[in-house]
Amino acid sequence: MKRTVPLVIAAVTGVILIASYFIPYAQSWGEEAMIWFDILAAIAFVLGGGNLLKMHLQKISNRRAGWGFSVVTISAFLITLSIGLSKMGVNPAENFPEWSWSGDYLQEGGGFKWMYDYIYLPLASTMFSLLAFFIASAAFRAFRAKNAEAMILLGTAFIVLFGRTYAGIYVSQPIIDVLASITGSEVESLMSLRLDRLTSTITNVFTLAGNRAITIGIALGIVSLSLKVLMGVDRSYLGSEE
Amino acid sequence: MSDFFSNLDRRWIFLVMGLSIAIPMLMGVVFPEEPSQEVLDVFNAVEDLEDGSNILMAYDYDPASKGELEPMAAAFVRHCAEKKHKLYFITLWPAAIPMLQKNIGILNREYPEYTYGEHYVNLGFRPGNEGVIKVVVTDLKKLYSNDVAGTDLNELPMTVNVKNIQGMDLIVNVSAGTPGTKEWVQYAATPFDIKMVAGVTGVGYTPLVPYVPDQLAGVLGAIKAAAEYEEAVLQNYPELRTNPATQEGLRRMGPQLVAHMLIITLIIIGNIIFFMDRKRGVA
Repeated sequence: MKRTVPLVIAAVTGVILIASYFIPYAQSWGEEAMIWFDILAAIAFVLGGGNLLKMHLQKISNRRAGWGFSVVTISAFLITLSIGLSKMGVNPAENFPEWSWSGDYLQEGGGFKWMYDYIYLPLASTMFSLLAFFIASAAFRAFRAKNAEAMILLGTAFIVLFGRTYAGIYVSQPIIDVLASITGSEVESLMSLRLDRLTSTITNVFTLAGNRAITIGIALGIVSLSLKVLMGVDRSYLGSEE
Repeated sequence: MSDFFSNLDRRWIFLVMGLSIAIPMLMGVVFPEEPSQEVLDVFNAVEDLEDGSNILMAYDYDPASKGELEPMAAAFVRHCAEKKHKLYFITLWPAAIPMLQKNIGILNREYPEYTYGEHYVNLGFRPGNEGVIKVVVTDLKKLYSNDVAGTDLNELPMTVNVKNIQGMDLIVNVSAGTPGTKEWVQYAATPFDIKMVAGVTGVGYTPLVPYVPDQLAGVLGAIKAAAEYEEAVLQNYPELRTNPATQEGLRRMGPQLVAHMLIITLIIIGNIIFFMDRKRGVA
């Protein structure tokens, strides 16, 4: 029963959504199913919070390796949740001045907005910007022209690295001008060799072809997996039997 | 010499990279940009619309990708405001709500004639990822009965007659991942034939290229395209040049150029060491 009911719900909803796409009469059924999906997605936030607490409290309780990080995670979660739910420092909304909780939780000057601006935003930006340092280190230590494939990759990387900045134009434009004067051809006819244009060619021809193949492959995979889920053949989304 | 570079502490590389970004940033180095055809396709999609058209501004990015996407998000807002388009702000990312507020702040500061509810509206966030798109594309008010401030959409002049987003003249999506451009293309732009343009991160750009030009009128990829888009806007609306905020993407290309040159130099040095070691029979 515990597994049959979710299987039936998934199969029925899937069939409704497919029918709503092809049969105009069933379109409203699909809309109704999507409303239910959105309501469930909102509830999933609560489940996610509960699961986070459960996992980390277990880790702390068992004193597993890295349990100190779990203390930090739970503390950050509870502090953020309490400041957000209590709408600390938030003034009532203009439309509903008599309701003290009516203000937007992300209102300027509120506690949650302060945390977003001065804790979350700099931390998230810092994590992302660290990439630049690791890429530089990796470029120095790992990017070696060991064989023909690696050399092609290196050549492409150089073109793209130049082409994605003004250096691409600065370096290659004089070369094109010289080439044009030597060959006696129009500068415009050689512009496709300029590094920024070559970068576009790599993206719009070679990368595009590869991406199309990958996209078609993924789409076929999704179709086959969806059919397996609808027919109850693939039950991995329900989790383990335990 | 070879031994020195082979045993170089990676913290020296980190320091040089830090300096190569910090110095041009602090000096405000700006290089000229030339809008490419890809960028002009996006620019023309906004420019060619009649003044006062309805545009859905779907901004799906968070602080992690703010550095890369914020300049293009701001450039879209300014370009649309110059064209007096009506803007409907929406997001599928919970962490993007302040990003919407920040972009709306541009309208408040630089375009005082823009009135809330008449020229722009902030619909905010709803959970459900692509599920949200599937609902708003057929019935907006089923999910968004009110705006972010709790005002009934039937009380706002620009939303009272909007049944769904099929009436939009253009979707502008700035996206850092999933749900984002791909989902807007698959569930809104393609099935309901709504014109759409997008701005995405560098890594998110190439998977979207196959959608251009039929399903997407154009895509901006990373800060380079943002800088080119800013340049295209400035060439068409030169009065904006007096506002330094309109050149944020152009300013960020300075550190990018120096960092790219440093990476190229490091690759070359690394390979010279590799070939020297191989010659000596070490590698």
